[in-house]
This record gives sequence, structure tokens and C-alpha cells, in this order.
Amino acid sequence: MILVLALAIAVVRSLPGPVFFPLRMLAIAYADFFRGVPTILVIYILGFGAPALGLSGVPTSTIFWGIVSLVLVYSAYVSEVYRAGIDSVHPSQEAAARSLGLSRGQALRHVILPQAVRRVMPPLLNDFIGLQKDSALVALLGTVEAFRQSQINVAATFNYTPYVATALLFVALTIPLARLTDWLVARDRRRQQAGRTTG
Amino acid sequence: MSPVLLVQGLRKSFGRVEVLKGIDLAVAEHEVVCLIGASGSGKSTMLRCINLVEPIDAGRILVRGEEITARGVDRNRVRRGIGIVFQAFNLFPHMTVLANVTLGPRKALGLPRAAAEAEATELLRRFGLADKRDEYPDRLSGGQQQRVAIVRALAMKPGLMLLDEVTSALDPELVAEVLEVIRELASAGMTMVIATHEMAFARDIADRVCFLDAGVILEEGPPDQIFSAPREQRTQQFLQRILAAGRL
Repeated sequence: MILVLALAIAVVRSLPGPVFFPLRMLAIAYADFFRGVPTILVIYILGFGAPALGLSGVPTSTIFWGIVSLVLVYSAYVSEVYRAGIDSVHPSQEAAARSLGLSRGQALRHVILPQAVRRVMPPLLNDFIGLQKDSALVALLGTVEAFRQSQINVAATFNYTPYVATALLFVALTIPLARLTDWLVARDRRRQQAGRTTG
Repeated sequence: MSPVLLVQGLRKSFGRVEVLKGIDLAVAEHEVVCLIGASGSGKSTMLRCINLVEPIDAGRILVRGEEITARGVDRNRVRRGIGIVFQAFNLFPHMTVLANVTLGPRKALGLPRAAAEAEATELLRRFGLADKRDEYPDRLSGGQQQRVAIVRALAMKPGLMLLDEVTSALDPELVAEVLEVIRELASAGMTMVIATHEMAFARDIADRVCFLDAGVILEEGPPDQIFSAPREQRTQQFLQRILAAGRL
């Protein structure tokens, strides 16, 4: 969900021409705002504030609002990563695609984005590790996730081992992700460049 | 019959610099026109304008009688009918040779994958690239990459090809294989406008040579006349410099 939302924001920001000015401004405002506000504040405001409004049809589940907060914040970060990737693809690539008669959207989808996403794989993973860790913040709303559970255990036994166990749990989750990305990047490089000749 | 390409009073500025100052050119079916002239004389800009990459400031461009620079013309449709090959190849690095060649026919022309791949394979075979079908561009030599770029443009079955200094980025020993491909295209009757620094090649292949200088076509004529007996002083000076550099 973050990937999709962030990609949409990044694409909107890269739209050219004055026609898209309002949309572009909206995307910029979004990215600026949610990167500027501390995650913990967003979680507090949405997690406690939204259910407190008492509007009918608005979910009161803290898990729901915790997830919404994280999606909003991380979409802003990830959109910037995508944008850097899009900007890093040389304009001549778009020119080549358009010269074949592809529309702007087709050029973006088949030529620009595949290259952009490949290039930002490592920083993208970085944000996902951050996201996994920040999921611990949702505990502030009272949702019981790994960190909250360990707090409960520590409080009950005055033994800090649960904290260490939780830390190890997080690491255990992120390391496979890191290796997976390394492998993806390496495979890509191998495929495109092995046996490369000069000229 | 109307010419394949008709350029009238074409003007183009970048900021305050006027690069094209009123270009007039007509290219007939099966004709090969070579544009020569110093760097910065406007050859590339002219080709980019014809392919609607650059918006023009004044004048008009007609392809087979249709004014492609008019308002409301579908640029994507126009571009499908005009093939362009760039100096820097501009192949898509994340795609195999086959995918590079079939992208246009599949996405812009809506050809089914199997048909597009069959046609692409046939084209690659014709230009001696059949064994490179499944390679990625980075694994090919510059000459091979440029030949793939030409095949990619040809896969759209264009009625007009624009070649923008396609050998300028190549090592000297790789130039010949690319020129050979262009020669074959010319003998197959392809209408082409070629911006080039290869004077011997231009002399050999062109039906007509245009000398661009400071944004205008200063002199044009059959290659023998331009290269052996140029009328304009600027043309003479240009050719002398080329001669001195050992490129003619």
C-alpha cells in the first residue's frame, strides 16, 4: 500500500506542464507535511484523535489508525526515494521511448519506472526496515505488538530478557529482507553487465 | 505527388539563441538527404524538430502532405511513422535486444507479442544480429548497439528515417558496420535524412547534400557538386577544414 501510494505521489510530482500545477503542489505539500511531523505525533493525533471524534462509520480500532499513520508517514518518505529514482533516469530514455510513438504514460511505465525502481531498491529497503521498527510506536496506542508484549513481561518479572528477545526478533525480520535486496540487485547487475565489452 | 517531408520556414530558438533561422527542405520518396555542417549549425535540432521532440517557433513541417506541426495533431501517431536514431543509441538498458525492438510495435502499434517477436527476429537476422536477440544492450559493442537502435526504429515500419550523427559516438573500427546497415536501407529505398560528419559516406550515399551554416541551409546540391565544386565560401572553408583533418 505504501509502495503504491508513494509511487502515485512521485509520479504526480514529476508531471510536467502548468495543467498539473495544482496536483503537483498537493503532492509536494503532502510529502513536506508528513516528513516534517514526527511519526509519534501522527500516531497520537490519529490514534487517539480520530476515534475520539465519535463520527459514525469511522473505525475506532487502534490497530487501524496505527497502520494508517505509518502508511501516511512512510508514503511521504518512499515517494521521495521514488522521485530520486525517476530523476536519475536520463531524459534521453524518455526521448527514445516517445520517438517510438509511445505515449507519456507508456514511456513512464515501460521505460522510466522499471529503471527507476531498480536503482532505488537499496534505499527503499532502508525505509522498510525503518517502517518495521516504527511499528513498535503503535504500542503507544495500546495495541499489543511485540514491543508492548515484552514490556508487559518485563513489568511482571523485572527481567529484561524480553527486551533483548524482541530486539533479536526485529533483527531476525530485517536481515532476510536485506539479503533479499542484495541478491536482487546483484542478479540484476549480473544479467545486464556480465561479459560486457568496451565501446 | 507530395514530398515525404516538407519543411517550410522552420525557426527554433533556445532562450535567446536562434539555432534555426528559416529552414526550407523538401525530401522526395526514396531520397537520401545528408545534412553536413559544423557542430552547432543546427543539424540535430532540425531532426529533433521534425520528430516533434522540440516544439518549433515558426514555420511548418509536412509529412506526406499532412501538417504535423499544426495544433491538435496526435504527436504519438506522427512519431510512429518517423524513425529516429540517436548519436548515443539510447537503448533501454533493462530490456533484452528483443524487448527493445518489440516495445514500440507492441505498445504503440498494439501488435500481439508473438507477431512482434517474429517480425523483430526477422529484422535482427537481416542485420546480422540474430544471435544477440536475448542479450542485454550493455553486453554489446557500440556498433552492435547502434545497429539494434536502427532495427528498433525500423520495427515501427516508418516511412521516413532520421539519423542523427549515428556514428559519432563509435570507435573508428565500428563505424563501417553501422554505415553498411544504412547503405542497405538506402538501397532498399528507405527515405532518409542523415545528419553526419562522415563526408566520404555522405558523398557515397546521398542523393543530395545540404550544408547547414548558422541555422540556414547555405548550399545544397548533388554530392559531387557540393564536395568538388562548392559555390559558397563558407562551404569551401568547412570542407577544407574537414580535409585538413583527414576526414574526406
